[in-house]
Amino acid sequence: MRGVSTPAPSSPRPLAATAPRGGGGLHRFANPGRFLRLTDRLLPWLWALAVAVTGAGAAWALFFSPPDWQQGETVRIMYVHVPMAWLAMGGYAGLAVASLMSLIWRHPLADVAARELSPVGAMVTALCLATGSLWGRPMWGTWWAWDARMTSVLVLFFLWVGHAALVRAFDEEERGARAGAILALIGAINLPVIKWSVDWFNTLHQSASVTRISAPGMHVDMLYPLLVCALGFTLLFAALVLARVRAAVMEKRLRQMQLAQARRQEGAA
Amino acid sequence: MTQHWWHVAISWALAAAGFGIMAWLAASRHAAAKRRLALFGPRERRQG
Repeated sequence: MRGVSTPAPSSPRPLAATAPRGGGGLHRFANPGRFLRLTDRLLPWLWALAVAVTGAGAAWALFFSPPDWQQGETVRIMYVHVPMAWLAMGGYAGLAVASLMSLIWRHPLADVAARELSPVGAMVTALCLATGSLWGRPMWGTWWAWDARMTSVLVLFFLWVGHAALVRAFDEEERGARAGAILALIGAINLPVIKWSVDWFNTLHQSASVTRISAPGMHVDMLYPLLVCALGFTLLFAALVLARVRAAVMEKRLRQMQLAQARRQEGAA
Repeated sequence: MTQHWWHVAISWALAAAGFGIMAWLAASRHAAAKRRLALFGPRERRQG
């Protein structure tokens, strides 16, 4: 690893004490002390903002937005389902970027971020599938259909779970991170398939209504609470991932210190 | 409560439970790491 202090071949790859070259300004955060100081200040504000925006969005969606003329009250599931779908795909794009940074620049924080991102990504994708199913039963008369959109999102769920399992399957963390990065990049092919599955195939799932290029096919009374919910859940997702990365950085630091202490004791003996 | 509202309530409850459990797990990991790091001295305690 270029420009990074390496204690011993048998130890886990350390977070950089000095920033490696390349990769732009992001390498500033490869310093664990700087990252911990920054997140210590940022995280409480991020959590507070996330809870406030999600709470406001939930109240708006559940009590102040109108029922749909066709779907009735069931439309309120959309305010969870759609943000989860966006986060599942956007989060996976983030995983692919982190994997690319890990493979090209060997950014140590990118490995940690990818490792901590996948369980959260798996959770939001599972929520997307579960809420879609809960919406589908009263609206379509079925919990599930093997149409292109639902099947490709199920594949995305398996990719998230597969990544989470793969990076933890190796004794050597670096090998796990590399295998996970390759899986994440190959799996990114699924993202355009999910996005355009409703256009390429004849699906039970409806086509895009918010992200249409022409104009959103949704009344503002529903669009605005949906956007507030999406912002709230995105902030929650970011806070959760950042908190997990922060905990992982501290755990890694702890392992390094325990290893150094054991070496000192071994040397003294 | 109608079936529609039941499905709505379960959806929102699942989302709240999912994010809540994940946040609790992250907080537990953070607290455990902070506690163990503090054993190594004041500098580590400050950074945790």
